[in-house]
This record gives sequence, C-alpha cells and structure tokens, in this order.
Amino acid sequence: MRRLKVFRSLVKDSLDTTTQGSKKYHIWMAFLTFVMLVGMYCYSVQLEYGLSATGMTDRVSWGLYISNFTFLVGVAAAAVMLVMPTYVLKDIDFKQAVLIGEGLAVAALIMCLAFVVADMGGPSVLWHMIPGLGVFNFPNSMLTWDVLVLNGYLFLNISIPFYILFRRYQGKVPNPKIYVPGAILSVFWAVAIHLVTAFLYQGLQARPFWNNALLGPRFLASAFAAGPALIILVLAIIRTFTEFKIEDKTIKKIGMIVTVAAQINLIMLVSELFKEFYAPTHHSESAYYLFFGLHGKTALLPWIWTAIPLNVLATVLLTFGKLRNNLKVLYFCCFILFVAIWIEKGFGLIVPGFIPGPYGKIAEYTPTGIEIGVTLGIWALGAFVFTILAKTAIKIETGKLRFKTK
Amino acid sequence: MSGIGKYFKLNLNSATKQTSGSCGCGSSSGGCGTPKEDTSETSYGCANTSGGCGSQPQSQTHISDEDFDAAVDAAIGEGPKKDGFDQVFDVQMDRRSAFKKLTASLLIGAGAVSTSCSVTTGEDSKEKAQIDWEEQFKGNYKLMTDEERNATVERLVRSYQLRKKKNINMSSKDAEKDVLFGYAFNISKCQGYMDCVSACVEENNQDRNSQMEYIRIHEMKDGKGFKFEEADDNYYHEVPAEGHFYMGTQCFHCDNPPCVDVCPVQATWREDDGLVVIDYDWCVGCRYCMAACPYDGRRFNWSTPEVPEEEINKNQHYLGNRMRKKGVMEKCTFCVQRSRAGKNPACVEACPTGARIFGNLLDPNSTIRWVLENKKVFRLKEDLGTEPKFWYFMD
Repeated sequence: MRRLKVFRSLVKDSLDTTTQGSKKYHIWMAFLTFVMLVGMYCYSVQLEYGLSATGMTDRVSWGLYISNFTFLVGVAAAAVMLVMPTYVLKDIDFKQAVLIGEGLAVAALIMCLAFVVADMGGPSVLWHMIPGLGVFNFPNSMLTWDVLVLNGYLFLNISIPFYILFRRYQGKVPNPKIYVPGAILSVFWAVAIHLVTAFLYQGLQARPFWNNALLGPRFLASAFAAGPALIILVLAIIRTFTEFKIEDKTIKKIGMIVTVAAQINLIMLVSELFKEFYAPTHHSESAYYLFFGLHGKTALLPWIWTAIPLNVLATVLLTFGKLRNNLKVLYFCCFILFVAIWIEKGFGLIVPGFIPGPYGKIAEYTPTGIEIGVTLGIWALGAFVFTILAKTAIKIETGKLRFKTK
Repeated sequence: MSGIGKYFKLNLNSATKQTSGSCGCGSSSGGCGTPKEDTSETSYGCANTSGGCGSQPQSQTHISDEDFDAAVDAAIGEGPKKDGFDQVFDVQMDRRSAFKKLTASLLIGAGAVSTSCSVTTGEDSKEKAQIDWEEQFKGNYKLMTDEERNATVERLVRSYQLRKKKNINMSSKDAEKDVLFGYAFNISKCQGYMDCVSACVEENNQDRNSQMEYIRIHEMKDGKGFKFEEADDNYYHEVPAEGHFYMGTQCFHCDNPPCVDVCPVQATWREDDGLVVIDYDWCVGCRYCMAACPYDGRRFNWSTPEVPEEEINKNQHYLGNRMRKKGVMEKCTFCVQRSRAGKNPACVEACPTGARIFGNLLDPNSTIRWVLENKKVFRLKEDLGTEPKFWYFMD
C-alpha cells in the first residue's frame, strides 16, 4: 500500500520534472515533438499506400528501417559495458554513468521495436507474433529469438534502474542482493541480443555476404565501440547542461573501452576485406558492389568511403593515449566513430546483402523521403524517451527529487 | 482410405455450410474439445495434419449438433471459441471473456454506426463488419480444423459477394495422398515467348500495377554457359533472339525450404504434396522469407494489388490465387487451385513449345518421372541443401 503511494508520488514528481526546465530544454523537447509528428505523418502515408511509399522493392526488400534496427540493437547492447564494471566488478567510477547507459539502452530498444514495426507490411496483424496469442515459430525462426531477447532485455533495463531509483527516491540504499543478479544476467543478455541479431542474417544461405562466421563477433565489436561512444557524447552533454557530476576519470575509462573495441573491429574488417578481395569468388560480388560498385552501379560508394576513413582515423587517434585523454579529441573521435559504424553496420551491411540478387540482378536502393521522415521520427522518439528518463534519473540521483511524507 | 474419406468429408462440409448461411461467428467457434491436441501437433509437420484430420470424420457428424449449440452459446456470450489464439492456448481465462465482450460490443457498435448511416443497406454492412472482424481475428490456416477452414472460405466468398455483387468459387482442398508435385524445365525447347508469364499473371490474379510476375525468363548468350549475372530477365524484343537460349525460374518448392524455417509466425509452410504455400491472412509482412530464399521465388505486395474486375480469375483456392491485400507475401503455388483439381499449372498449359513438364513424382508412370529417369537433369544451387523440386534438362 505504501509502495503504491510512493509510486504514485514518483510518477507525479517525474511528470513535474519532465515538464519543467530551462528554455533550452523546452526548445529541445518541442523540436523532438515536431520531428516525431512529421515522422507520424510520414508513417500515416506509408500505412495508406503500403510499403511502396518506401524505396524498397522485391529486389532489395530490406532498407533503411532494418539498417537502423540492426545498428540500434548494438547501441542497446553496449550499456552492458558500463553495467559489468559497476555492478559486478564494483568499480565505483562507472556508477554515475551506468544509469545513463541503461536509459540509453531502453531508448535504443524502443527505437528498435519501432523500426521493426515500421518495416512490417501488416502492422494490424502483429498480434500473430505475440507468444500465446499468435503462432510463435520458436525455435526455428531467428526472428522469434530476437523478439524474445529484445523484450527480455528491455524488461531488464527498465526494472534494474527503476528499482535503484525507486529506493533512492525514498532515501534508501538499494539492496545489491536484489539488483546485482539482474545486472549479471543483463551482461549475458546483452551479448545474446546482439549475437542473435547477427544470426538473423548469418543464418541465411541465400545471402553469401551475410552468411559468414565473422558476422556475429564483428557485430559485438562494432557495438561495443559505437554504443559507449554514444554514451560518452551523451555524458558530455549532460555534464554541460546539468549539475550531474561526471568525473573525467569515468569518461576516460569509457574511452578506453571504445578504443579497444574499435581496434578489434578494425582487425575484423581487415580480415573480411582480405577474404573478399585476395581470392575473390562469385560470393565476393556484394563486397565488390559495396566498395567499388558493379557494372556502373555505385550508389553505396560515397557512404562506405566516408565510413572507412572515419573509422580508421578515429581508431588511430584513439590508440594514442595522449590524444585519447584530451577530452576534445575524444569527443571528436567518438562522434566520427559513431557515424562510421552507423553507415558500416546499417546501409553498408543490409543493402549489399541483396545486391546482386539471387540471380545476379543489380537493382539499387535509394530511400524515399517518406522513409527518411519515419526514420528521423523514430530517432526523435528515442531521444525524447531518453531525455525524459535521464532527466528524472538525474534529479533523483542528485538528491533533488525525494519522496516527501506528508 | 482415410485420406479419401477426408476429402469427401471436406466437400460435404462446404456444401452443408453453404446452406446454413453465413453466421460466421458461430461456425468459427466449433467448440469440440478433441482437435485441440491435433492442432498443436500440426505445427510441427504437415504429415500430422492429414493424420489428425483423417481420424476425425466419424465424429464430425456428431459434433455438428454440438457445434450448433456452441454457435448459439457464442452468440449469447458463452462457450469457448476455437479460433485465433485459442488454437494455441485453449485455456479458460478472464482475459478471453473480456476480449469476447469487447468483440461483441465492437460488433454492435460497428453495426449500429452503419445502420444509423444507411437505412437500406443496413443488414449488408452489418454483415460486412462482422465478416471483417472475424477475418481480422481468425487463426492460422495451417492449424485450423476443417470446419474453421470452411468457415473462413465461406466468409471470404460472402464478403466478395457483398462487396462486388459477384460470386467467386473458392476451394480449400487439401493435399491428396501419395502425391508429391514436381516440375521439369527443358532448356532446349524454351524459346522465351513468355506465354507462361502472362498465363501465370492471369491465372493467379497478380497485381497489374506493379507488374508482379512469379516467373522470370532469363535470356542467356550461347556458348557462355549458365551466366545468370549476364542474363537479361526483362527483355522487350522479338524472340528467340539470335545466339541466345532461355531459362525460366520461379518458386522451386524446395523440399527443405529456408523460407519456411525463418517465418516468425508459421504463415508459410510445406504442404503434404510438396507445395510451399502462404496463408496471406496470417502473414505479418516482415519479408524475412524473401531474404532467405536463394531463388528469388517470393514476391511482396508493396501496395494494394489491383486486378480489373473483368480479369479476375474467380476459380480460386484459399492457399492459391485468391485476392491478396497489401503488405503480404505471395508466390508461385504451382497453381494449387488447378494442380489439386488434377490439372496442369497455367504455365505448363500455356507453354507453346512444351518446355514445361509437371506431374506427380510418386506416380511411376508420370511424364515427370520419365524425364527424371531418362534425362540428365540438374537443379540450381544444389550446394545450398534446399532440395528444389524443379529440375532442368536438355534434349
């Protein structure tokens, strides 16, 4: 009964918190709302005309939506890189960052689910996919595994921070016996969500570009580079705009994680390129299309040749401790690394899987305005959700928001 | 023998159902408890479908009375439904009754709205709304009992009647026993006329706007072998072109189909006679099957498919050429509406050169068996382990 009262008060307080703020905050939220509305309008157009409103065709049947979905699963999985040292290894440095990281994971997962729904041809019959209500093709279909692990991870990442914040809100200390097992579970779970997402593609014998054993590990490496890179950027923003204290030491430690992951990712990229281009087979055509274009079709060249130099540059800069420990350089590196991996793992992974087609047909893919509008809307949704979560969490963590017994 | 009984039974059912009118709500709720376990078995293999159903016919005549009672009960608000999610979870629970009440109130609401708007067509639009509702929340065709299958077929026929004032004929004929369909393609004979393509489009009611075609004819250069990547599958010139040969591809109805494994909702499956089919109403449109198919055999309805009314083939099968909607997959079914009626698929019939051969692989006297036994046949991408039932050969 008391808990219910506290919960009600928490909801009320967080509503107050999220609706009040500086002018900059209001402009930011208004901007996000506007982009979301534009996205919703675009989605309504897509609902009316079907997926023909997008650039996808029978030849390239997955595009921008699934690209973003794949990338964001990685971002969600990256929260674990902060959870593990904090909860499991008791590294106090990360305690400040971990709630932010988990909030980011929640926002990323919501975006993932939104992208999947946006990609569906029949969103009105999506209940067919709910275990129990519909028919769940488990364990045959990797997509059902993905539904399970993504929702499970979402649950974990909502419940752990909620428990901690709920205790803090009442001025109590969270009991590690309750949240540490959950945190340990989420460590394994994070690896699972990304590996399962990789298996989604890796298991298709029809698409040689995806059907390689390195895809899963490479997913993990790139995720653990791009995700913490985003966390660093977010922490930098939070540090400037709120009184939430994040020490340089914390950010530098996360920078270390980004560096190692980026290095491993680069090694795997080299290994992949070697395999595709040293002794090219019929199966290397997709890679040729991606990096050099095929028969004059070169739509992806500007993208991939932006991503590769950015990736290499960021990794090289990060490798030198002196440069990495300069926060300005670190932020710059994180930004370009994030962009590079978004391209590489989104567009650069999904689209070439379909080109050339099963019989060698090359049909290129360009997203339409509607598709881009929906995509931006979903990103705005993610930012919106994250802002709300972070604002409440920060207020509780800094001790400004407490349950008042009247 | 039980198989024959089953098909006899199926037709009989559809006949009785048609006379009983379209109280879809009642008929879909056939509350017989026994098939529950059967349905859960069917989700693993189609072989069980026939087994499970084959043992039912004797009891079905008894059930029809109970069925009627259940229908009455369902109309009042009692009695378990056996469709939709109940196929998997047939447990009595509160949520369901709440759900049912929601259904009823929505139906009443929809009916009330439509009747208040129009005086003359009140009954029709009410029926339409009811049909739409039941179609939205029906179960997976693969797991339906025979009664449920007939009920949905009947609803679809009635719905078409209400909307277009025309009658269509829709079958839900099951796979026959000792039949496994196979296909052979004579590369030496094909001249690239593409009569098969147009016959297929007409037969299977494919979207005319997007020019969807199940069959692709690849024009290849002589002396270069099978170079698909250099072939032209979209030519508009006189055929046969000098120095070229032709090769057709479509869904190969693999015996080990990767598209079936990846479907998250079992909306596509391999039937007992080897056909890989789709329940268009169960498909959620994720297009995972499309990514998994190594043969470019699947097509997606990117927008609402449109076929001019006078061109619609009204002889339809639930799993075959019935009208699709936007956002669902479709594919070649070897013209299930024809092949299960003992006819050749439209492409085979239309081919002017006799390059296409279709038949029952289990019948030792069939032409397809003769081809497989006497010609040097091969299949595409055999290294993938998909076991296509589509062979190529040369004279």
